[in-house]
Amino acid sequence: MVVLEVLEGGMLTTVQGLGRYGYERYGVPVAGAMDPFAVQVANALVGNALSEAALEITIVGPTLRATESCLIAVTGADLSFRLNGRPLPSWMAVFVRGGWLIEFDKRKRGCRAYLAVAGGIDVPVVMRSRSTYLRGGFGGFEGRALRAGDIIPISQPAFHLPSLAGRDFPADLIPEYSDAPEVHVILGPQDDYFTEEGIVTFLSSEYKVSPTSDRMGYRLQGPEIAHKERADIISDGIVLGSVQVPADRQPIVMMADHQTTGGYPKIATVISADIPLLTQCLPGSSVIKFKATAVEEAQARYREMMEAVEEFKEKTAPTGVSGDPTLATREKGERYHRVVVENLVALIEEVRATKVSVKGTEIPV
Amino acid sequence: MYGEPHFLLAGDSALVVEFGDEISEEVNRRVHALAYALEKNPLPGFGEAVPTYRSLLVHYDPLRLSCDEARALVTDLLQKCEEIPLPEPEVIGVPVVYGGEFGPDIEFVAEHNGLSVEEVIRLHSGATYTVYMLGFSPGFTYLGELPEALVTPRLPTPRKLVPAGSVGIAGAQTGIYPIATPGGWRLIGRTPLKLFDLNCDLPVLLRPGDRIRFAPISEGEYWARLKKEENGGS
Repeated sequence: MVVLEVLEGGMLTTVQGLGRYGYERYGVPVAGAMDPFAVQVANALVGNALSEAALEITIVGPTLRATESCLIAVTGADLSFRLNGRPLPSWMAVFVRGGWLIEFDKRKRGCRAYLAVAGGIDVPVVMRSRSTYLRGGFGGFEGRALRAGDIIPISQPAFHLPSLAGRDFPADLIPEYSDAPEVHVILGPQDDYFTEEGIVTFLSSEYKVSPTSDRMGYRLQGPEIAHKERADIISDGIVLGSVQVPADRQPIVMMADHQTTGGYPKIATVISADIPLLTQCLPGSSVIKFKATAVEEAQARYREMMEAVEEFKEKTAPTGVSGDPTLATREKGERYHRVVVENLVALIEEVRATKVSVKGTEIPV
Repeated sequence: MYGEPHFLLAGDSALVVEFGDEISEEVNRRVHALAYALEKNPLPGFGEAVPTYRSLLVHYDPLRLSCDEARALVTDLLQKCEEIPLPEPEVIGVPVVYGGEFGPDIEFVAEHNGLSVEEVIRLHSGATYTVYMLGFSPGFTYLGELPEALVTPRLPTPRKLVPAGSVGIAGAQTGIYPIATPGGWRLIGRTPLKLFDLNCDLPVLLRPGDRIRFAPISEGEYWARLKKEENGGS
């Protein structure tokens, strides 16, 4: 069985899938990957179901060693992914030989990277999900972040692996992560709790992502958003991307680990298609601008985004044929070639190192 | 209660169906009636529904339904709600040891309301409560209505850790902490029942819409029951 040995845990590395559904009415947060798009693409690249559990890697990556050959893909933030010391591109399926080191270096762009392994991460299912809920201390790997010495089991993949290595996700479909993104919102459900001026302030100012932001919520700092009267409501349901404004008039965007209900008025909700832009913002430095959009437009953008993932997954047969062959480029060909050569060299080394007995030389006693 | 429920937008994949702007049994009953109707008649493209005091948050899949379609489906179902009557809930008994180390604020609640501790226990355990909603932390129950004579403000500063099973009062609300968390409610007692068990497919003992009554027990009974719960429940 393939396992990943954790040599260093990194800043905050957790097992996350698409989250825990069906328990919100009991007060259990959804959790799951902060960037649902990136984790789904990582899974698609290695031939997994899109919702499979992967590793969410935050700012400072872990050091891992695969005990046996496996296929992995890193997506999301660019944290200088390296394999056995060699820098490799993200958003591409990569073949890993047993014993090789998976490492990360400097953060270049974004905040959270996702590492999917063909077969998926084999941790116990808690309430129908493998996603980690850190505050509750359950799900994922023992309900906590990974640390040195942990052994992460990987499930057996459905089909032969090396054939998928080298395929990559089309660059034009990768979200443009930025340290100053424009994030679209749909006003409501309690925009009527704010003055007209308050709403104008919210939609025209820059808000800094505070250093205390985490998987539960992004606390923002900027011009005050004025309530009409009260800054509390009778508690109601919260969704991913809800923008609460408590009495201190500073917005908090509810993220993956958000509580299920809350008593602060919610001025707006971040649209599904822009959640990745927000989650890749770096606490303490990124600056956000909000822009209002219509629900129809938001849904059209989300549909376009998810259809691209589905199409990518369908187009790629397990035999290794990836995408439209007429769209081949020289660069892509070179990359494929390099990976094939590397794997071949590694295979030769492995064969050389393996002791074999020649048929017929062993004489039964 | 509103004449017609309000539909509010909660982003591009959820709607809030709001029945009123007050905490009342009547409004909350309509929330649970819609939640129940959705459970009995699952609509294509709909996800989970989260009931709260006066509204139901309904998730839907924007890859399958537009906002208008989702709204139209819920509107249809609201009309059918009367044909799908909410079953009369059973009353669940919750044993509680009141006062002492289990309810360190019971004297404050008594003093604040000009009552004796015995009267507080009698009033609190004499009422039948509806589980209006679960939230705040996994399995936390918001119960109503609290007898008016027991209404007490929250602690000025929340406790860093409230033990699991603690029964508290905050304003006109009463509730139970299922797991140890920080909290600012005035604690009057504790139940030995395991209210949240993540190893169960249904992880909570008390569900939204359930009815409960508190039954005073002794400290000895508390420890005996706690042991039984830890050995795999009743």
